Amino acid sequence: MPTLAEASDSPKPDILEKVNPIDMPRRPLVLNDHSYNWVTEKVCGIVEGKTPTWWWISFAIAGGMASFTLMGLIYLVATGVGVWGLANPINWGWAIVNFVFWIGIGHAGTLISAVLCLLKQRWRTSINRTAEAMTIFAVVCAGIFPLFHVGRVWFAWWLFPLPNSNWIWPNFRSPLEWDVFAVSTYGTVSVLFWYMGMVPDLGTLRDRATSAWRRVFYGTLAMGWRNSSRHWHNYEMAYLLLAGISTPLVLSVHTIVSFDFAASILPGWHTTIFPPYFVAGAIFSGFGMVLTLILPLRSVFGLHDLVNQYHIDAMCKITLATGSMVGYAYAMEFFIAWYGANPYEGFAFVNRAFGQYAWAYWIMVSCNVICPQLFWFKRIRKNIALVWIISIFVNVGMWFERFVITVTSLANDFLPSSWGYYSPTIVDIFTFFGTFGVFSVLFLLFLRFLPLIAFSEVKALSLPQADPHNHDHPENRKGKGAH
Amino acid sequence: MAKSDKNVFGIAATFHTTPDVYHACEKVRDAGFTRWDSYSPFPIHGIHHAMGLKRSRVPLFTLTGGITGFIAGLVLVAYMNFDYPLIVGGKPYFSPIFPFPIFYELTILLAAFGTLGGMFLLNRLPRHHHPLFDYEPFLKTSDDTFMIVVESTDPAFDEGKVRRLLEEAGGEDVTVIKAGS
Repeated sequence: MPTLAEASDSPKPDILEKVNPIDMPRRPLVLNDHSYNWVTEKVCGIVEGKTPTWWWISFAIAGGMASFTLMGLIYLVATGVGVWGLANPINWGWAIVNFVFWIGIGHAGTLISAVLCLLKQRWRTSINRTAEAMTIFAVVCAGIFPLFHVGRVWFAWWLFPLPNSNWIWPNFRSPLEWDVFAVSTYGTVSVLFWYMGMVPDLGTLRDRATSAWRRVFYGTLAMGWRNSSRHWHNYEMAYLLLAGISTPLVLSVHTIVSFDFAASILPGWHTTIFPPYFVAGAIFSGFGMVLTLILPLRSVFGLHDLVNQYHIDAMCKITLATGSMVGYAYAMEFFIAWYGANPYEGFAFVNRAFGQYAWAYWIMVSCNVICPQLFWFKRIRKNIALVWIISIFVNVGMWFERFVITVTSLANDFLPSSWGYYSPTIVDIFTFFGTFGVFSVLFLLFLRFLPLIAFSEVKALSLPQADPHNHDHPENRKGKGAH
Repeated sequence: MAKSDKNVFGIAATFHTTPDVYHACEKVRDAGFTRWDSYSPFPIHGIHHAMGLKRSRVPLFTLTGGITGFIAGLVLVAYMNFDYPLIVGGKPYFSPIFPFPIFYELTILLAAFGTLGGMFLLNRLPRHHHPLFDYEPFLKTSDDTFMIVVESTDPAFDEGKVRRLLEEAGGEDVTVIKAGS
């Protein structure tokens, strides 16, 4: 009888000889067994090739759309916040809804690159760069709203603890001040993470550059990176650490956003479920947006081998899981409102579902709870057009969730005499519509100038021949190394 | 022993698969070289064992950044709340509880800067130029080839010996790299 240590030393237990199990092949992450060079050419080719006509057309449309935000904001600054649909008692309207909407979308990028990195989910490498870019641009769009919501935007710097002529410092007891720190930290750390992941790929673009401006542009950004293993050693450690510190960050940001609501005393806002519920919703909406973006990209650039059914399945399943969590939170809110026996809280929820904003509530429920349940079925996950349409519903549903939370609680609070009904004005609509243009402009520039797939990571984690101990791969048997 | 030539940066050998470069690294490590490196388009799993590298020191920078951030947040809020006390809801001027999100976010912010800065610092980057960039085939190491370079500053460097070692280890196109002007 061997000791435990001896038994665990032998690589193959005796039982395996007898039962002779079949080899279970892993589902490949990159289809069609491509070489390293194929991956480089595929991704760099997008950046190095001629600018396609569709890019110019989309860029013009996106720029036109973005000008709506500019128009809305110029009119607002020239006139005053009164041009928005805000009126007592609803002083948080679309601006806050849009802020929470965009910042929520911004959660998938860091989730994919940080949390899935810690969980060793290799499939993330095909989509993390795009998702991180999406995060940063979504945070840019989100930042516009609270910035202008302060009213006199030229005093927005008072949000930061900077000395000013009034000799007053910010109120650190306020969740809104915590939000300033959370969102600006999130934006900064996302940029750092995104940039660090991109350094080796920028090095490749520099090494392949044929024109002088490319060599200077990518050379500057690559910081002299030269793919040394000693460098990779520090780099991998830094990447892991950034993933480790971004994970609590990504969870804290939407938690603090939810504190903006939860730390108040309004019925419907003042609940302890808000932080986890907001975080789940943020991841849900973020994955919705990743699907919305990545599916067209993969057809336009022919990335079907890099972003294949494996990735789509995985993203759909996360959307399904987080969508169900959001559905659970909706149900739990109702349960606690009843169980807590607070008449105001109870009214707030009955009013949400059956009051003057019932239409918004039921749009939210059908888009966020019912729609993603379709992802249980493999047939639906394989239907790319349908997945894309569902992802759009997720985006719409999550906007309505923020609308329902923000507006219904404010419109009907404790005193019926102060109740109101909120409608946006054309300025609200212009400003929000335009942010999709701002987002698209930034995203199109990203597609044109930066590598949209983290190809050094794809090579390391998704290609089987990258494993130095995988001698089974034909690519690795070609070598004449002494082994 | 031939003294190291000032005009020579090192000797490079090219490899085409990860197992090849991995096992070649083991050989160079066992031959006792210290000033050498391998180059690959992506981090090869476990190559630091094959190269005999010690654990990376990046975490020290992360920790320093994190502690600095936490203390900075604490000092910031404490100073400002005593400098101009805002009396809200009868709460104390200062407590480590209510502004905790500030400390938390600043800890993460400076830890992230520490990590990125530490990574660049330990790698001696940014660097304007490196002799290896003058060697044309080196540029392929950011695409699909692998290279080992033994540098001439290594105390055990000897052109003939290194050349033989790299060839025995399976390296191709063993080439002397000029140190550059």
